[in-house]
Amino acid sequence: MECLIGLQGKDFVLVASDTMSARSIVSMKQDQDKMFPLSDKLLMLVCGESGDTAQFAEYIAKNIQLYKMRNGYELSPSAAANFTRKQLADALRSQTPYQVNLLLAGYDKEDGPGLFYMDYLASLNKVPFGVHGYGGFFSLSVMDRFYRKDITQPEAMKLLQQCIDELSKRFIVNMSSFNVRMVSKDGIQNLGVIKPQPASV
Amino acid sequence: MALGSICGLQTMTKLNSSLRENCNLLNSQDSAFVNEAIYGSENFVTPRDIDILSNQKNLTDKDSNVKIHFDHGTTTLAFKFKHGVIVAVDSRATAGPYIASQTVKKVIEINPYLLGTMAGGAADCSFWERHLAKECRLHELRNKERISVAAASKLLANTVYNYKGMGLSMGTMIVGWDKKGPGLYYVDSDGERMKNNMFSVGSGSTYAYGVLDSGYKWNLSVEEAYDLGKRAIYHATHRDAYSGGVVNLYHMKESGWIKVSQTDVKELHYQYQEEKSRRR
Repeated sequence: MECLIGLQGKDFVLVASDTMSARSIVSMKQDQDKMFPLSDKLLMLVCGESGDTAQFAEYIAKNIQLYKMRNGYELSPSAAANFTRKQLADALRSQTPYQVNLLLAGYDKEDGPGLFYMDYLASLNKVPFGVHGYGGFFSLSVMDRFYRKDITQPEAMKLLQQCIDELSKRFIVNMSSFNVRMVSKDGIQNLGVIKPQPASV
Repeated sequence: MALGSICGLQTMTKLNSSLRENCNLLNSQDSAFVNEAIYGSENFVTPRDIDILSNQKNLTDKDSNVKIHFDHGTTTLAFKFKHGVIVAVDSRATAGPYIASQTVKKVIEINPYLLGTMAGGAADCSFWERHLAKECRLHELRNKERISVAAASKLLANTVYNYKGMGLSMGTMIVGWDKKGPGLYYVDSDGERMKNNMFSVGSGSTYAYGVLDSGYKWNLSVEEAYDLGKRAIYHATHRDAYSGGVVNLYHMKESGWIKVSQTDVKELHYQYQEEKSRRR
């Protein structure tokens, strides 16, 4: 019942993640941050099996930092995505696979912004926008309808708000707030928390 | 392996030998090496020749002939407030419909500045929190400094994560006081670890949350906080058949923890009843 949303604009990637942490039917934390910065301009959003999410994200983050220290340069977002995919794919056939779904948002000097969608089976796709979880059933059509690849930052924020409003209107699971961040040439920017706007009709 | 065969443990001898044949490593030294590579680990010990994950079913399936059933049923809670952290727990242990004990100590005193709570498997909780106590003491000796609550809870989370899927069952809160002030973390056998101002764990947790959420404020006085903790556990024991006995109440302060009280829920019941009738 978790939800990760990402969309790529002309020179940025905008991402949002719901903030609830639940055990069976109980919500134990209402301000959980599901985003892990991997480097200055690379952000990973993780959801899935509890325990696996933090362990996997921290493992990837530390290895990406290690690569930078060893080689003196950083992995590009696409290289980092492929590294992450390999780690997840190797674990998939082990005794203890990581059951995590993730979005990777990054900004590269040459390639520009990039959004990568990966599920627990380690399938990797570069996408203009992507949603993990049940939220996708509601918000992907909204994105299909209104997304343009030259979307500006204010327009992207508006589209994101539209998706979250649709979730609060049609999805039975309560997602009261979302953490929002943006990755651009200036790095990772925290845009605070957004909540669904009360439906007008 | 008499017990093993009763429990339906399947060894991997077949797989083992075929692997060795494939590797063409039949001399003893090399096969020991292969064994080590396949089953060994420097980090922790698991039984050799037994695939724990696939054998788990015999112990957890309802229809299984193995008459070992793990106990659950508990209410524990902890919350941070202006004057520290309150920890309150019930004291009932159940085995199915049977009340096995009414005097269980579900708060584990790790050291003078750290407490752990017990929900889920009692043995898992007390063993791994004792293991944690050892690690915390070693940290103190090595670094000449007390371990932070964040670090202590992470040690426990990482330890149990290594055993993920092998049947550990624990839901625990690690409570302490360090340089950053009061600390409260939730750690469970999934390997989950999180920080918050308030947690409740166990089968009665939903009832405890109800009372806690409606009476909680950061600026609670010490006495108000004690009362809230006791009340939340009392109401949980009232509704949840698997919780009961006495309320054990602890207070974590800057100077370490103190045990505030131990109250039979019966006493609380009559006390609250009387308060209600007086208000009418």
